[in-house]
Amino acid sequence: MLLGPALGLSAILFTIGVAGVMIRRNAIVIFMCVELMLNAVNLTFVAFAQQFGPEGQVIVFFVMAVAAAEAAVGLAIILAIFRHRETVDLRDINMLRG
Amino acid sequence: MREVLFWGFAGMAIISAFLCVTRRSAVSSALWLVSTLFDLAAIYVLLDAQFIAAMQVLVYAGAIMVLFLFVIMLLNLGREGPGDLKGWGGRIVATALAVGLVVELWALKAALAGEGGFQAVTAAYPLPEGTVAGMAEAQGVVGLIADTLFRQYLVPFEITSVLLMAAVVGAVVLAKRKL
Repeated sequence: MLLGPALGLSAILFTIGVAGVMIRRNAIVIFMCVELMLNAVNLTFVAFAQQFGPEGQVIVFFVMAVAAAEAAVGLAIILAIFRHRETVDLRDINMLRG
Repeated sequence: MREVLFWGFAGMAIISAFLCVTRRSAVSSALWLVSTLFDLAAIYVLLDAQFIAAMQVLVYAGAIMVLFLFVIMLLNLGREGPGDLKGWGGRIVATALAVGLVVELWALKAALAGEGGFQAVTAAYPLPEGTVAGMAEAQGVVGLIADTLFRQYLVPFEITSVLLMAAVVGAVVLAKRKL
């Protein structure tokens, strides 16, 4: 029975993703950390699918579709910002700071 | 055997994820993330989700990471820069918050999957161990998911296609210089 260990691994990977979002300044790397967090959640769904039937795996399918859409739009936004400001460093992208 | 493989891949996944977060160059970050995704695919196989594992390799490690690498190359961010990690103050705050988060998640897991906790919370619902593996054997690994996806979740599935369409149009509009 691997439910407990899988949930533990998922918690650790999610935390590494959160820490990555907090310590990096490169927008693309922050994006990759968000993907890591999505994957940790997927692992939770797959682990519970063993107990609750195949619905969990179907939800993982939807999460993957949303992640693909998010990656496409997010990278397009980063591309547009880079074109305007020649940087992806979040220190230099602070137009919304009051 | 299953446990040994699981712990091996879990260790690899944690190490790769850590390296992904801490490497300076964006390309090595991306490659370590690919390694994490492959380890997770192996773990999905161990958790009786073979079709999801194949999707993980094709969609995540294949398509999405190629998109990331393509953008990194396009913006010419591959070379080793001065590093974009925050200073020590930011790192200490981030580590403290991360430790707090993992403690919280661990408490949640202990409440859910601990000794009898999981069975107590959902006593009426969970299937006995090996049921999903048995269903997969009877219906086929893909058939099991397809049956649920195209009967119970048909409307969400169709809405997903609208979402992908919107994302494609949005990405083109955002990334194009002049329309």
